[in-house]
Amino acid sequence: MAKYLLLKHYRGAPEAVNDVPMDQWTPGEVEDHFRYMNDFAARLEGTGEYVSSQALSPEGTFVRHDGEGRPPVTDGPFAETKDLIAGWMIIDVDTYERALELAGELSAAPGAGGKPIHEWLELRPFMGEAPTVTE
Amino acid sequence: MIDELLLRELTPAVTGVLVRRGVDFATAEDAVQEALLQATRTWAEQQPADPKGWLVTVAWRKFLDAHRAETSRRHREERVETEPPPGPTESADDTLALFFLCAHPSLTPASAVALTLRAVGGLTTRQIAAAYLVPEATMAQRISRAKRTVADVRFDQPGDPATVLRVLYLVFNEGYTGDVDLAAEAIRLARQLASVTRDEETAGLLALMLLHHARRPARTRDDGSLVPLAGQDRSRWDTALIAEGVAILQAALARDRLGEYQAQAAIAALHADAPRAEETDWAQIVGWYDELLRLTGSPVVALNRAVAVGEADGPSAGLAALAEVDPGLPRHTAASAYLHEKAGDLPVAARLYADAARSAPNLAERRHLTRQAARISQQISR
Repeated sequence: MAKYLLLKHYRGAPEAVNDVPMDQWTPGEVEDHFRYMNDFAARLEGTGEYVSSQALSPEGTFVRHDGEGRPPVTDGPFAETKDLIAGWMIIDVDTYERALELAGELSAAPGAGGKPIHEWLELRPFMGEAPTVTE
Repeated sequence: MIDELLLRELTPAVTGVLVRRGVDFATAEDAVQEALLQATRTWAEQQPADPKGWLVTVAWRKFLDAHRAETSRRHREERVETEPPPGPTESADDTLALFFLCAHPSLTPASAVALTLRAVGGLTTRQIAAAYLVPEATMAQRISRAKRTVADVRFDQPGDPATVLRVLYLVFNEGYTGDVDLAAEAIRLARQLASVTRDEETAGLLALMLLHHARRPARTRDDGSLVPLAGQDRSRWDTALIAEGVAILQAALARDRLGEYQAQAAIAALHADAPRAEETDWAQIVGWYDELLRLTGSPVVALNRAVAVGEADGPSAGLAALAEVDPGLPRHTAASAYLHEKAGDLPVAARLYADAARSAPNLAERRHLTRQAARISQQISR
């Protein structure tokens, strides 16, 4: 099994095919979208491939050390052009192909007009553990 | 079946016995946890006739075992007494003393919560870790650091009930993640605390918890989405919990020592008292918010008060009250959206709901606010 991170972006990813903001969807379309997301996670729990997921607040700040005895320096909020992560899902699957397949399904979540959003998700493999058997 | 609740009820008293026999708190607490684990393994066969006596005996043996292991590790030659030393064995105040110790002001809120759930609540570290979604090792460290922090605090040193109430309030608000129902656990602990003190605010907090817990079945749909108070199916509210909460609150209010938890409970009681949302006594609710604001000076209270004013005196009065509140507060935009909708200003309401959804502090609220934005946008486009 290998773990993958599916990253969803508020911005910074290429534009989705069906790119209407959610507050311009009809209430029914909003419900369908939420249901699809819930069902997707539940289904992966059922297949034993779900690890965790988390949504992130859109606010954020860069922080760095500024020398001994000084408070850290902050830079933010993030500039409008900054790539901004909206959240993630971690899955644990047998193959890279399976990870691609699941990311594709998640990207097909319905949006405006009940049509798939075709949103771009970023798929990132985890660095694994060093194997016990090496020869 | 093991009576896990009985086990957990007995936890603080058993720890109290060991501490009164001269065992330091941290060691006593470990020994009691070991005894609890053994009880969950052996009580399934047969529960002892004297559960508390059994726990005291086993916890004492666990302490001796640990002590022996410790002394042999250090190659000490000291003899360990195998029988408990004479002297007072327990006191009715042990539970209260333990509550104070676990909520000691030197502890951070997160540490006090974890220590209270383990030492008073009798939950295992694994259960507490699961409830707060952190690794078990992290929670174990948090608890052992907390125990070191209070190592020098005298066990029977009187404390301030307000610190304990804050801890229980935090536990209650954490809700229900994992297999431990933290809201129910907070209620159980508040009941236990209320049974050993006559403090009015303890009664107030217990009433507040019961009144909110009574609405829980109506507050979320099966898919986890939120149902606002006005839209809840009131036939699903737990009337027994409401009656109990109201009775506890009335007895506390009659003693005429008002505090913030009693005032919050009074607001919850007024909501519980309305058979339909339209019959809510908003004028009285605003009165209680005024009291609450006087008691706490909290901007969050001022924000909620503005929404209540909007219900009592109309949306423009509510918006005027909201204008006095710091716009940077969480949920300020959501409150503003709601009041604008009530005032009939739908385009502004739709925009504010969408803004509020973006800055929502949790996913359930974000989804709720997104639904509101979509609903109003559809009304406009018709």
